[in-house]
Amino acid sequence: MSLVELHAIHKSFGELEVLKGIDLSIDEGQVIALIGKSGSGKSTLLRTINGLEVIDDGVIIVDGKKISDRDADLLGLRLQVGMVFQQFNLFPHYTALENVMLSPQVVKKQSKAEAKQIAEEMLAKVGLADKMMHYPDQLSGGQQQRVAIARALAMKPKVLLCDEVTSALDPELVNEVLAVVRQLAEEGMTLVMVTHEMRFAREVCDKLVFMHQGRIHETGDPETVFANPKTPELASFVGGLA
Amino acid sequence: MAYKFDFGAIVPHWQLLFDGVILTTELTVIGAVVGVGLGIMGAWARASRAPVISQIVGVYVELIRNTPFLVQLFFIFFGLPALGVKLTEFQAAVLAMIVNLGAYSTEIIRAGILAIPQGQIEAAQSLAMNRVQIFRYVVILPALKKIWPALSSQIVIVMLGSSVCSQIAAEELTFGANYIQALNFRAFEVYFVVTGLYLVMSILLRMGLKVLGNFLFERRRHV
Amino acid sequence: MSEFSLWDIVYNLLLAARWTVLLSLTAFVLGGLVGLLLLMVRTAGNPWVIRLVRGYVELFQGTPLLMQLFIVFFGLPLIGLDVSPWVAATLGLTLFTSAFLTEIWRGCVESIGKGQWEASASLGMNFTQQMRYIVLPQALRIAVPPTVGFSVQVVKGTAVASIIGFVELTKAGTMITNATYEPFTVYGCVAVMYFLICYPLSLFARHLEGKFRHVAR
Repeated sequence: MSLVELHAIHKSFGELEVLKGIDLSIDEGQVIALIGKSGSGKSTLLRTINGLEVIDDGVIIVDGKKISDRDADLLGLRLQVGMVFQQFNLFPHYTALENVMLSPQVVKKQSKAEAKQIAEEMLAKVGLADKMMHYPDQLSGGQQQRVAIARALAMKPKVLLCDEVTSALDPELVNEVLAVVRQLAEEGMTLVMVTHEMRFAREVCDKLVFMHQGRIHETGDPETVFANPKTPELASFVGGLA
Repeated sequence: MAYKFDFGAIVPHWQLLFDGVILTTELTVIGAVVGVGLGIMGAWARASRAPVISQIVGVYVELIRNTPFLVQLFFIFFGLPALGVKLTEFQAAVLAMIVNLGAYSTEIIRAGILAIPQGQIEAAQSLAMNRVQIFRYVVILPALKKIWPALSSQIVIVMLGSSVCSQIAAEELTFGANYIQALNFRAFEVYFVVTGLYLVMSILLRMGLKVLGNFLFERRRHV
Repeated sequence: MSEFSLWDIVYNLLLAARWTVLLSLTAFVLGGLVGLLLLMVRTAGNPWVIRLVRGYVELFQGTPLLMQLFIVFFGLPLIGLDVSPWVAATLGLTLFTSAFLTEIWRGCVESIGKGQWEASASLGMNFTQQMRYIVLPQALRIAVPPTVGFSVQVVKGTAVASIIGFVELTKAGTMITNATYEPFTVYGCVAVMYFLICYPLSLFARHLEGKFRHVAR
């Protein structure tokens, strides 16, 4: 059984149908990249997996449990599925350490000592052991994004969603964040990422999902997808990048 | 001019002014603390998903913001006993200040909440926080920080507005002034001095709120 | 006990409300003129004038309106001017209004970038011309919504004039209450009347705010 299963997901914004029936399953330990042009629905799809977009129709099953749009279900879903955003979204009034400690403490009701220990561990993992007492605006974009990753990891999610995590970064800061994501993939973390870093996706991912006009147009392992795209749309997307 | 100013005529009555300053301060502190608390709840209700509650709070805010404080005070002190709610002068004054500041601060704090980027809320959601946790840990402090100057100004306005509470014989600073001028017939001198006292109080209050803001929103730098 | 019907109460309050409206209008117009004058001298003026105007604003924003009215009401007779409550209220509220409006407008003028002043100066305009053709037309746009918004404060401020004996809506409310012993009804009606005057102004201010924000974009 897959960790996350999506069946016939539909989502519209007003008149515009962004997701036109998506089926996707994510297995434990899998590293999946959602690729496609902007407006293809990949970010929206990622956000539905975390319940940030309420779906109009379809079924989401996480760890064998069907998720409705009730608050309790959404909170349960989010305990299992972490997310990292393009714009980091660190809480400006908390230090890096407090950002990471907050949710374990208030949501999981861990003791302060417990939360602190996990937070320190996670910040060390992303290479920021020396920046724990810094506030977000005292950190570079790359550092902020790594804190955001540590913050999501501290909740011990089963799946981590990454929404264009390097798109808002200056070019010289991209690699430090990608290195952390690569490390997570190597450790066996289940990852779903929306990314424009095609070389990175090719090296790290087990599966590429190419989205086009609200549908999954083509999927496959990275080598096949890049070497032998089956559809002209993917060929042109891959070709346009080369 | 024939008139000779005699500010010395106030000196024997300084105790009345002192008591008035104390009472005005009490009114202001209670009014501000409870009023801002009410404003936080009001802002929360305005942002809530329950449209009925949001609308009720909206009506409250508009009613208070579009009627004079003096009339609100009279309504509470003279009008409410008709409904069996009998309040002392002090209680009525403090209640009027709370209700008044509650409405203004609801609007001010709501603006602060609306200025919180959506990404902050989404990040908190993705960390499995519920509504109350998001409001408490992620939204309210940065929201208050953004609107602290506006909120401070409103608290000063409410403090100055409390001078009309003398009209229901709440024994605050203006009441003291009225009393003294009835004793010594030195109305101008008394009101001149009391105006100065209010000016000093408003400057001190403003400074105090600034210090409080720095304390509330300060960064405990461990760096 | 009371031979006043609800209609009598409302009718008498309506009569008094005319004075509220008249006092508000007078104070608003005169206060606007004084405020504009203060704005001009402040914008053009030397550091001392600026300090003086700032002190004036802080004085009126840092003291109760009631005290301002008392000082005018009890102070003017001391220099030989016997003033009626109407004159004292008008004068007090005018000064009060001018201080707030000049401060609101200062913010609007300051929001006009330095570049506009420099560009117009480079075209050889003097201060009056810069104000008249370049700065004021732009500042006016931004200034209208908060100015309309402040008019609500002026209307509510006129209630304080009741305390120095000017018979407007609030004072009439007190007098009718004393005659009818029906404070709940009377002050309820008084509140409704203020609301009927103020709420449209608030709505209008909000509408303008939305509109000008739209235009600015």
